[in-house]
Amino acid sequence: MEFLTALAEHTFLQIAVAAALLASIGCGVMGTYVVVKRIAFLAGGIAHSVLGGMGAAVYYDFDPLGGALVAAIVAALLIGWVRLRWRAQEDTLIGALWAIGMAIGILFIAKSPGYQADLMSYLFGNILLVPQQSLWFMLLLDAVLLLLVGLYHRQLLAVTFDEEFARLRGVPVTFFYLLLLVMVAVTVVLLIQVVGLILVLALLTLPAAVAGHYVHSLGRIMLLATLLGSLLSVSGLALSYQPDLPAGPTIILLAGAVYVFSAVFIRLRSLRQVHTARSAQSSHKEEP
Amino acid sequence: MNDQPLIDIRDVSFSYAGPPVLEHVDLQVREGEFLGIVGPNAGGKSTLLKLILGLLEADTGRVRVLGRRPADASRSLGYVPQYPSFPRDFPISVEQVVQLGRINARAPTGWRGMLWPSRLSRADRLAARTALTEVEADDLAQRQIASLSGGQLQRVLLARALVSDPQILILDEPTANIDQRLESDIFDLLRELNRRMTILVVSHDIGFVSTYVNRVACINRTLVCHHTDAIDGQVIQDLYGEKVRMVAHSH
Repeated sequence: MEFLTALAEHTFLQIAVAAALLASIGCGVMGTYVVVKRIAFLAGGIAHSVLGGMGAAVYYDFDPLGGALVAAIVAALLIGWVRLRWRAQEDTLIGALWAIGMAIGILFIAKSPGYQADLMSYLFGNILLVPQQSLWFMLLLDAVLLLLVGLYHRQLLAVTFDEEFARLRGVPVTFFYLLLLVMVAVTVVLLIQVVGLILVLALLTLPAAVAGHYVHSLGRIMLLATLLGSLLSVSGLALSYQPDLPAGPTIILLAGAVYVFSAVFIRLRSLRQVHTARSAQSSHKEEP
Repeated sequence: MNDQPLIDIRDVSFSYAGPPVLEHVDLQVREGEFLGIVGPNAGGKSTLLKLILGLLEADTGRVRVLGRRPADASRSLGYVPQYPSFPRDFPISVEQVVQLGRINARAPTGWRGMLWPSRLSRADRLAARTALTEVEADDLAQRQIASLSGGQLQRVLLARALVSDPQILILDEPTANIDQRLESDIFDLLRELNRRMTILVVSHDIGFVSTYVNRVACINRTLVCHHTDAIDGQVIQDLYGEKVRMVAHSH
């Protein structure tokens, strides 16, 4: 309740809620692809190598968000290209890029006077400090993502579902696979605003994973994951407000709790269904 | 023009960074044939199919499909893989899987086609329905693929291959994971389809397959035998000629 009164009063809270909602669109739509295509580790590599771009941008006095976007796209293309060329080394390369990107970022930030404090906010995000002009940037990124998914959802589905078959049907698999990774990279940059780059992976995967427990088509998972993401990030923000906890970790813990609860619930439900089916079978046998 | 083989493989060799999998293979497939490709495991049967589909490229020799390079002809082929190349728990319905078989059916070629947004048309929906009916799986349309049995999934994969109305249908061990009664169902269906398209089917079961196909090619690194059974009266002359030629080749 106190959060609601504060929300009405303070502009920074309104901006925070708007940022959470804008980030949820990206996390719902692209998180769905990440979960069904099983590229969470790859998304993690992109997210962490982003620190390199942010550090360089801070050092040379550019907009960190712009630096993050460039670094994310370069990392996505590099990882995607290597995966398509040399399948076997994919995970090693992602691990290397993960660490190298972070190391570059930390070196740059260490050499930028007065910016040390910002390191924490890049790593863990600070949704309460999102500047107003970032909202427009986030809105633009969301619009681009939704436009691309709207235009190319069938190709993206074909490439996510069955690359070999898509290739045989003449779909340019390399192009759409790289496009998908670039879109994931853009989403990572969106989410860094809210939860920071260390926690991006959780917000990218958990809402879509929970949604996947209950609905079974890509479109529906996207919709439900966006709603869940909005709900989780805004209520995490509200929960963190009164006891003055950092918002990012609160949001992630809430999302994690919902995921674990949902996974256990689904498991118990399927066990009970098997049990009911078995007892129905055995009672049939006893009848004659 | 009719003498032109649909698939023309000349002196093809291939290896996956190691000993050769295929050596000096020559094989021609003509329109309307129902060809069984048999041979031991790891004998190179699936590799041969992948060369025809353009998923692999021959080290030496030449493969032509419908007079074109395999990668350029793949849109005119229907392919049923031995193992589904997708995760079984992917959230997608049977109908959507089959509709994806029509993706890019109307896209222009070149880079403009690459950026062509693919919309699902009424014709695509109708074609998917028809293909599912043809493989007697129309009742599965709304099911999730995760809930299908092995035999049901095989029918769905066949429908996905048929939905684009291919000239050549290529199947890799279509009955390896299903029981025997379903096996003859599938092959009865293939015999029916053979009236309007050329079929290549890989199998390890030479005895079973030879009752359906009208020619058998045995692959074990090289093409070791090439046996023709004249079944269909209409093509008897062609096939007989082929057999005589093959015998002449091997001596």
